[in-house]
Amino acid sequence: MKAIKNIGLLIFLVGLSIFTLLPLTGTFTLSTDNLKKVVTDQNIKSEIFVQELENTVVGKSFNGVSALSSKITTALENANAHHRENKEYNKVMYVGPHDMAATLAKASGEGFIVNNKILMWFLTFGLGIIGALVFILPNVILLGKKGIKNDGIYHEKATNRGWIAWLVFIYLVSFYLLLYFRPEYAVNWTYTLDPLSLWLSGNLAGHWFVYGFMYSVVMTVMAVRMYIKYRHNTYQMVRTTSVLFFQIVFAFLIPEIMVRLQMPYYDFKNIFPLDYDFFFQWNLRSLLNSGGIGLFILVWGIALTLVVVPVMVYFFGKRWYCSWVCGCGGLAETLGDPYRQHSSKSLFSWKIERWLIHGVLVFAVGMTLMTLYSFFTESSTVLGIKTQSVQNAYSFLIGAIFAGVIGTGFYPIFGNRVWCRFGCPLAAYLGFVQRFKSRFRITTNGGQCISCGNCSTYCEQGIDVRAYAQKGENIVRSSCVGCGICSAVCPRGVLNLENGPLEGRINPTEVLLGNDVDLMDLVNKKS
Amino acid sequence: MEHVVIIGNGIAGITAARHIRKLSNKKITVISAESDYFFSRTALMYVYMGHMKFEHTQPYENWFWKKNRIELVNAYVNKVDTENKTLLLQNSQAIKFDKLIIATGSKPNMFGWPGQDLKGVQGLYSKQDLELLEANAPNKEICKRAVIVGGGLIGIEMAEMLRSRDIPVTFLVREASFWDIVLPQGESQMINEHIREHHIDLQLNTNLVEIISDENGRAKAVTTDKGETIACNVVGLTAGVSPNVNFLKDSGISLGKGVLVNQFLETNIKDIYAIGDCAEQHQAIGNRRPVEAVWYTGRMMGEALAQTICGRKTPYNPGHWFNSAKFLDIEYQTYGWVFPEVSKKEYEQHFHWRHPKEKICITVAYHKDNKQLLGINTFGIRMRHQIVDRWLTEKRDINYVMEYLKDANFDPEFYSRHEKSIVAHYNSIFNTNITPKKKSWKRIFSNA
Repeated sequence: MKAIKNIGLLIFLVGLSIFTLLPLTGTFTLSTDNLKKVVTDQNIKSEIFVQELENTVVGKSFNGVSALSSKITTALENANAHHRENKEYNKVMYVGPHDMAATLAKASGEGFIVNNKILMWFLTFGLGIIGALVFILPNVILLGKKGIKNDGIYHEKATNRGWIAWLVFIYLVSFYLLLYFRPEYAVNWTYTLDPLSLWLSGNLAGHWFVYGFMYSVVMTVMAVRMYIKYRHNTYQMVRTTSVLFFQIVFAFLIPEIMVRLQMPYYDFKNIFPLDYDFFFQWNLRSLLNSGGIGLFILVWGIALTLVVVPVMVYFFGKRWYCSWVCGCGGLAETLGDPYRQHSSKSLFSWKIERWLIHGVLVFAVGMTLMTLYSFFTESSTVLGIKTQSVQNAYSFLIGAIFAGVIGTGFYPIFGNRVWCRFGCPLAAYLGFVQRFKSRFRITTNGGQCISCGNCSTYCEQGIDVRAYAQKGENIVRSSCVGCGICSAVCPRGVLNLENGPLEGRINPTEVLLGNDVDLMDLVNKKS
Repeated sequence: MEHVVIIGNGIAGITAARHIRKLSNKKITVISAESDYFFSRTALMYVYMGHMKFEHTQPYENWFWKKNRIELVNAYVNKVDTENKTLLLQNSQAIKFDKLIIATGSKPNMFGWPGQDLKGVQGLYSKQDLELLEANAPNKEICKRAVIVGGGLIGIEMAEMLRSRDIPVTFLVREASFWDIVLPQGESQMINEHIREHHIDLQLNTNLVEIISDENGRAKAVTTDKGETIACNVVGLTAGVSPNVNFLKDSGISLGKGVLVNQFLETNIKDIYAIGDCAEQHQAIGNRRPVEAVWYTGRMMGEALAQTICGRKTPYNPGHWFNSAKFLDIEYQTYGWVFPEVSKKEYEQHFHWRHPKEKICITVAYHKDNKQLLGINTFGIRMRHQIVDRWLTEKRDINYVMEYLKDANFDPEFYSRHEKSIVAHYNSIFNTNITPKKKSWKRIFSNA
């Protein structure tokens, strides 16, 4: 069985290596026709840019995307500088230089990779999936009887912040940096998914399609791991199925199919303010120009935030979203599960958490108010501050760096919920409702707690669950996403996630059940 | 300012310290030679198994003690001078106290087995024991087999620990069935099965005769009273624990097995108290044992004594007995008293249900005349403490328990529930026609 696992690991690593090498390989030649097509599609008015590309790029063959990319970004920056100097603002290209490089590179690829898309898919994604499954499936037997399977977590280099964890950390961070800031390097990956993308939406795959596909695949494979690890725990099985369903159907498939049907790309479960650009001008315009479906999405999006969130949190707690529906939560609960023990439980972290997450919420709401003001008054500034710059700052700092690079990249070191705990503005909002008006709580079972600390150790949100459990207090913290692992790992059956009446939710037990001291009597005597 | 000194930083001593701090401004000093900071002894096994690091077993961060003005001293107390209210430490330092709380816990029982002091032979109680096990049995190459002697809770935990590193384990149990001095037969049988499912070589009705040394003074084998010699590298002695009170022998504090105390946890000497595992009640409380080596009783004694020391004299007055444990993968909870066959009272009768396939069962003990509930044991089903405690207080009968069993279920959402088949089984035995009532939040939260 161990041998099978190792073979699986080997296959996975081969797939991962090929995947990792792809951005560095490939031949790219931009033809005049393809350049013209891009110029038309992108509505490029800068003849200087086109001229320079014709001189330096067109008809030449580039090995690897980096040589090509530097020519394009230089050409674009030079052209823009020239137009700005001459105040020819209609000719300035507002697309990012690396996005332009990605678009042109996509149109220039040739050779083995482009001609063997399905084979390349198999050698990367295919081997990765097969290898990972071969690595994971023997656990059905290796893990033995069903029950909690945390043996060796703090002995393994992958899960105890050892060198494997640091490698994964570096890999994930690099991957996200590339995805957000150097998309031209993802071009070879996009070729491997062109067949699927064409079939779904009718368009060629872009780097965000690659990301969406990978996200779904990683979640699926790691969900198999969850099913095996937690097979004694029905709550985990049902919850994992739910996040997987919402990722594949709502986040991945439906938006692509909507594009095919000439509708706006929309993820029906992505809720403002997590979906921070919902009220951005371009999105509002696109929705308003999309007829009935656009209007429906607009109403749906607003209703999600204003009605669905409070009502659902009231009945089920924040978990209905964070660990049952949300994509970020979905990845954290599948890919991130092996790292859940790394969230810091210190009081200091909790202080940082409260400042940071509520800070991001204020940032998101403030930015959106500016955006709406600008939209309705058609002015580009609010109190002298450019709305666009605030939006750009948010997109860069929060949308890309915090949610992406840090949010997922830091899994192996700081745990799987860094974004959800410290950054997500929607989580902050859901948390308010959960803390102050919800039927959800984690009930502490009388006096059974033995302070072992399994619950705190495995809380991905960094809640010191034990601090409450050992006092006999229910846990009603705003950050709790209701993943249910504290209850699962408790050896004494102390913790249970429940939706019950508001009365008795925050239990007044000053003294633990079992000690027949009437403390209230004592308190009264004291006063 | 009155100086309260506590010997021992386990759950009892630390609970007392925390509550004294909550209630007063007294000077508090806690002395321990085991560890700098309070940790949860019950979690040591998880450190060896790699579920946690040692720091995770510490319920309070290190700044907590200074902030709450609880002074921690890492030292061993050699002697208590009751006359001069002074402690003499091993480093020949002396500490004066106004009030002294003895909370020194337990030590593993050693029954004078030949070879019990050899290298590789150890108990499992303290942080040092954990470190020793890490050295003795780091992996299956160095420890090719371990023999565990004594079929109680620590024994099965130690077996689970060693199995987590794939070390072969032989488990010698004196009794005819695992822990049958506490568990009724059906349950004890089920745990026997489960132990064997985990590939632990369980040998019942078997006693240790001798531990055999190799040329370096290390254990290399044990012999049993069945005439068998079992080669091994580690011998775990887990035949229970007893109060850790040897250092008090000539102090004038009266000792039995432990430090003798009354219900106010006072010893025979004024201003000296004892709590937790090391305390022995003059008069056992209810069916409880005079020495209770249980996590929560230590905590409750600490809570009660803090009240007394801070001027509100409060007896240690435990409510209905309860406890819990985990046998490998099976969680066990008990509320009230369910006695095994060997010590069952003549009026005590049992209703037992076991799941046809899974390792899940329940035993309800009741009075044969009035059917009053005496206690409930569950395996693989979590029960709501508050509800069963209320039933016991209200002296409900077993029919009532069956009818409202769903109120007491504490299993996670989506788990399959067993009340229907439990009650059906009950009906078929007792010719009753009880239908279990739907779980009601209103009943659960009503205090009447």
